Amino acid sequence: MWYYEKKLQYPVRVGVCNPRMAKFLIEQYGGADGELAAALRYLNQRYTIPSRVMGLLNDIGTEEFAHLEMIATMVYKLTKDATPEQLKEAGLGDHYVDHGKSIYYHNAAGQKFDMCIQSKGDPIADLYEDIAAEEKARSTYQWIINISDDPLIKDSLGFLREREIVHSQRFREAVELLKEEQQKKKVF
Amino acid sequence: MATYRKWYTPYVSPLDPCPPLVPVSYETPVQLYLGFQPTGMKQFSPFEALAHGTLWPGLFTPYTNPYASKKRRHDNDG
Ligand SMILES: [Fe+2]
Repeated sequence: MWYYEKKLQYPVRVGVCNPRMAKFLIEQYGGADGELAAALRYLNQRYTIPSRVMGLLNDIGTEEFAHLEMIATMVYKLTKDATPEQLKEAGLGDHYVDHGKSIYYHNAAGQKFDMCIQSKGDPIADLYEDIAAEEKARSTYQWIINISDDPLIKDSLGFLREREIVHSQRFREAVELLKEEQQKKKVF
Repeated sequence: MATYRKWYTPYVSPLDPCPPLVPVSYETPVQLYLGFQPTGMKQFSPFEALAHGTLWPGLFTPYTNPYASKKRRHDNDG
């Protein structure tokens, strides 16, 4: 089960009124390498992973929901005060017609989130996929930072990118743990 | 110590339609080099940890827009 803490993992501030950024950010919301995909993938995989790394998938999967919430906050702040005309100019006309001001799980190109989430039940295959997913999310953040002109958004995105680095590091360590010879005496 | 950004220069054809935007960079952050995290690494204070997105200075690999330091080459200056 989960407890909900009513605050964001890291403060989200948006300084520039640029609804077009919302269109880019939504990639990390409902895109293939986004936070929702990551959260669902890890929380699903944890059942069939050796118990020594199950907790890691649980923790990281949970944290991804906190990231999802940060992205949602950015998108909401950028769109809530936009007129339909401004949304149209920002490339969000289709979105507005389909969803109004609601946030929605789709990618920057408007494709609905699909369950393109793999889970092989093979610990090494799953962890390698997770490492790749973290590196892909890291690069998505880089590309969004490159096209953003808002230092406050960039700050929050920098935080999220650093978390992907830490997650990748932890998944790599999980692979090392699973590779370890079982009879070997540990020397520290 | 490892560098966290690498550069390479792809082939530039005299027939390319756009002026070259080289060199090309890619990121090679710390997790590619660290291996299993050693014990006893330095920690940030809780506040600094929040600001950096990690508790560990040794895992902090910030990012800046690499295009900011790139110049378009308009002629054959090398
Ligand atoms: Fe992540």
